[in-house]
Amino acid sequence: MKTLINLFRNNIREYGMIIALVFITGLFWILTDGITFNSLNLTNLILQNGFILVLAVGMVLVIITGNIDLSVGSVVAFVGAIVGVLMINNNVPVWLAIILSILVGALIGVWQGFWIAYVGIPSFIVTLGGMLIFRGLTLYLLDGKSLAPFPDSFGKLSSGFLPDIGSGEFHILTIILSVILSLVLVYMEFSKRKTQIHYHFEVFPLWITVTKLAILVGVINWFAYKLASYKGLPIVLIIVFALIVIYTFIMNNTVMGRHIYATGGNQKAADLSGIKTKRVTFWVFVNNGVIAALAGLMFAARLNSATPAAGNMLELDAIAAVFIGGASMSGGVGTVIGAIVGGLVMGVMNNGMSLIGIGIDWQQAIKGMVLLLAVGFDVYNKNRSGK
Amino acid sequence: MSTYILEMRNITKTFPGVKALDDVNLKVRNGEIHALVGENGAGKSTLMKVLSGVYPSGTYDGAILFEGKECHFKDIKQSENEGIVIIHQELALSPFLSIAENIFLGNERQSKRVIKWQETFMEAKKLLEQVGLKDSPDTPVMDIGVGKQQLVEIAKALSKNVKLLILDEPTAALNETDSANLLKLLLELKKQGITSILISHKLNEVSSVSDSITILRDGQTIETIETKGEQVSEDRIIKGMVGRELTSRYPDRVPKIGEKVFEVKNWNVYHPIQRDRKVIDNVNIHIRRGEIVGIAGLMGAGRTELAMSIFGKTYGKKITGELVKNGKEIQANTVSDAIAHGIAYVSEDRKTYGLNLIEDIKRNITMSNLKRISKNSIINENKEIQEAQFLREKLNIKTPSLAQLAGNLSGGNQQKIVLSKWIFTEPNILILDEPTRGIDVGAKFEIYTQINELAAEGLGVLVISSELPEVLGLSDRIYVMNEGRITGELDRAKADQEKVMRYMTGSGGASRENAN
Repeated sequence: MKTLINLFRNNIREYGMIIALVFITGLFWILTDGITFNSLNLTNLILQNGFILVLAVGMVLVIITGNIDLSVGSVVAFVGAIVGVLMINNNVPVWLAIILSILVGALIGVWQGFWIAYVGIPSFIVTLGGMLIFRGLTLYLLDGKSLAPFPDSFGKLSSGFLPDIGSGEFHILTIILSVILSLVLVYMEFSKRKTQIHYHFEVFPLWITVTKLAILVGVINWFAYKLASYKGLPIVLIIVFALIVIYTFIMNNTVMGRHIYATGGNQKAADLSGIKTKRVTFWVFVNNGVIAALAGLMFAARLNSATPAAGNMLELDAIAAVFIGGASMSGGVGTVIGAIVGGLVMGVMNNGMSLIGIGIDWQQAIKGMVLLLAVGFDVYNKNRSGK
Repeated sequence: MSTYILEMRNITKTFPGVKALDDVNLKVRNGEIHALVGENGAGKSTLMKVLSGVYPSGTYDGAILFEGKECHFKDIKQSENEGIVIIHQELALSPFLSIAENIFLGNERQSKRVIKWQETFMEAKKLLEQVGLKDSPDTPVMDIGVGKQQLVEIAKALSKNVKLLILDEPTAALNETDSANLLKLLLELKKQGITSILISHKLNEVSSVSDSITILRDGQTIETIETKGEQVSEDRIIKGMVGRELTSRYPDRVPKIGEKVFEVKNWNVYHPIQRDRKVIDNVNIHIRRGEIVGIAGLMGAGRTELAMSIFGKTYGKKITGELVKNGKEIQANTVSDAIAHGIAYVSEDRKTYGLNLIEDIKRNITMSNLKRISKNSIINENKEIQEAQFLREKLNIKTPSLAQLAGNLSGGNQQKIVLSKWIFTEPNILILDEPTRGIDVGAKFEIYTQINELAAEGLGVLVISSELPEVLGLSDRIYVMNEGRITGELDRAKADQEKVMRYMTGSGGASRENAN
C-alpha cells in the first residue's frame, strides 16, 4: 500500500490533471443535462479546439526548454493571410499554398530561434516582438480587410471527415480504428509493464493497471461510438492524434527528445555533457513555427476566410493548456499528453460554459481562475514533496 | 576596558554530521591586525559567520565577548550595529549603482525616506579620501576595477563606524600593486585605531602586516603566534597549518603506469570577461596510462579553469597551446569533441554543472553518451536500463530504483551518478574536480576505490582537490598550482604536506623537484 501511495505521489502531476478533466467534464455533463456529450456537440468540441491542441503540442516543447513563445497567435493570423493571398488573390493551387505556408512558418521559427538561441535575447522579448511584427505584417498583407471564401478542398482541413467504408448511417471505419487503437494501447501497456517488472521498477498492482486500461478503452470506444453515430472521424482529430503520437515518440524515445528535456532541466549540465543546447533551442523554435503554421491553416480553413484579427490571444490559450498540463515555467518538465489534457480542460470549459449560457466576460475570469488553481496545486505539491 | 576588543571562547559549531568548529578560541587585541590562516575547510569562514551573526546566537556553543561585553548576535545587522563589519571574498556591491549609493546601501542618508543626495555625495567623498580612492562618487561601480571595488567595500564599512573590520581573502582577486595598496590601507586604518582580522592564503602578506596570527586546522585553534614586529617565517606558519597525520583513509593500490597518454603543452588561457587577465599561464602537464595525477592549489589558483579550458574550451578566451593524446595533437573545441577524444570531466559542483536534478538516475547516467544506447537516433530503453543498472551496481549507488530523481539522493550518491555518467562515455582521460566535496567518509572511500579501479583499467586520471591529504593520499604524482602557473611537480614518494603547501602559497620558488 505504501508503494501504491508512493507511485501515485510520483505521478500526481499526470493523474491530477486527468482527474481535473474528469471532474470538469462531469460537472458540465450535469449542468447541461448531457448535451455536452451528444454526438453533435462532441464533434463540435473537436472542431472548435483542434488548433489549440495543435498549438499546445508545439508550445510544450518550447516550454520544456525553459522558453516561451508569445508569437503563435500572430503567426496563425499571418499564415492565414498568406494562404488567403495565395489561394484567393493569386489562384495558387491548394497543395502548393499549403507547402509554402508551412515553409513560411519554418522561416519564422528560424528567425526567432536565431535571436533566442544564438544571440541570447530572452524568448519572452523576441516572441513579444514577433507577436507585434507578424500581426503588423498580417494587417499589411490583408490591407485590414478579410479575404474569403477559400476553395472547397481547403475547407476539408478543418471541417472534413474521414470517408466511410460501406454505406450505413453508422461509420464502421471509425469503430474499426478505435478498436485497433484500443488493442495497441493494451499491448503497449502490458509490454511496458513487463519490462518494468523485469528491471525491478515499482509498478502498480495488476488490478489497477487493468482497471486503468478498462476505463481508457471504454472512454475511447464510447467516444468513437458517439462520433460514428454523427459524421465519423473529423480530419482535425486525425491531425491532432498524429501529432500526439509523433511528438510523444520524439520526446520519450529519441535522442532529440532527451536533449530537449536535458536542456530545460539544467542547461549548464547539458552543455557540459556535450549537448549542443543552442542548437536544441533553435530547432524547437523552428518546429514551433511549423506547428503554428499548421494551426494557422486549420484556423483559416475553419473560418473559411483570412482575417486580420485571426488567432488573437490564441497563444495564451496554448500556454495555459501547457501549464495546466503540468509543465514547469522553469523548464525541464512537461509532456505532450499533459498539454493535450490541459487543452481539453480549456476546450471543455469553453464549450460547456457557452452551452449553459455563461457570458464571455465570466468565461474569461473562470478560465483564469482554473489556470491559477491548476498551477497553484502543482506548486503546492512540489513544495510539499521537496520537504 | 580590556586590551582585547574581541574574545571568542570555546566556540563549537556542528553541521549535520560534521563538526565545523571544535572548541575554537580567538583573542584579538585592540588596534591590531590579526591574521587568521588555515587550509581550505579549516573553519575560518565558519568562525567569521558565527562572529557576524550569519549563524545566529544559539546555533553554536561558546561565548563571544566584544569590548568586554558578551554578545548574542541574531543577525548581521546586530553585529554591524556594534561595529563589526565583514567584507566577503565575493564583493556585495550592486554593479549598476554609483559608488556613493553603494557606500550607503541599506544605510541611506535620508530624511523621512527621501534620499539626501547632497549629504550622500559629500560624505562619500570624505570616505573615499580616507581609503585613498580618487574616483568620483557618482561613478557606477561596474566601471571601476576589482581593486577599487574592494576599497569601496572598505569605505562602506567605515561609513558604519566600524571598530572591527574583517576581510576574507581581500587580495585573492587583486594584482600585486592593488594588493600592496590594500595592505598599506590596512596599516593606515590601524593607525586610526581600527582593528582588523585578515583572512588570507597569501602567507607573505600575512607575515608582513599582521601583529598576531591565529592558525586554524580541522576546526580547531592550533596556536596564536605573536609577531612582535618581526617577520614570522612562512615555514613556521605552514607547519602549523598542516601538522596533521595522514590516516589510512585511502585504499591500497599498486600503480601500473604505462606510456604518456595525454599532454597539455604551453597552455595559456585568458579570463572570459576581463580579457587582459591571464588565468592560466603557460602550463605544461602530462598524464600516463594508469596514473593518478593530483593537482593541488588554493582557491583561485586556476585549477578548475585549467580543467575546463582543456575540456572542450568550456572556460576562458584566447586559449592557446596544444593538447596531445597518444603522441598525436588533437583538437577539442567543443564538449562533444572532447568526449569523442575520450576526455571526461567530472565538474566540481555536481548540482549546478553535473546533474539534471529533475530527471531520473538512468537518464542522468546516459546523458553524455546517448549514441551508445540508440540506433538511428531512437533510444533503446531496455539497453539504457541494463547499462544504468550495471553502473549502479558497479558504483554501489544506493537507491531503491533507477527511476528515482537525482535531486532526491544524498550527495555521495549524486556524486556516484556523475561519475557513472562519465564512465559511461568510455574515456581514456578522466578529470575529476573536487570528487569528494561535501560527501561523507564512507562514500569518499568508495569513490577513491572507484578511481583506483579506473586507473588500473588503464585510464589516465587527473584529480583536482582542495584537500591536501586527499591529493597526497590518492596521487602518484602531484602538480601544484599558484596563480595560474604550475609552481611545482612532486612524486608521491617525495611529496609531503609542507612542501606542497609551500608551492601552493607561491613561496617555494618555481623549481621542479625530481620529477620524471
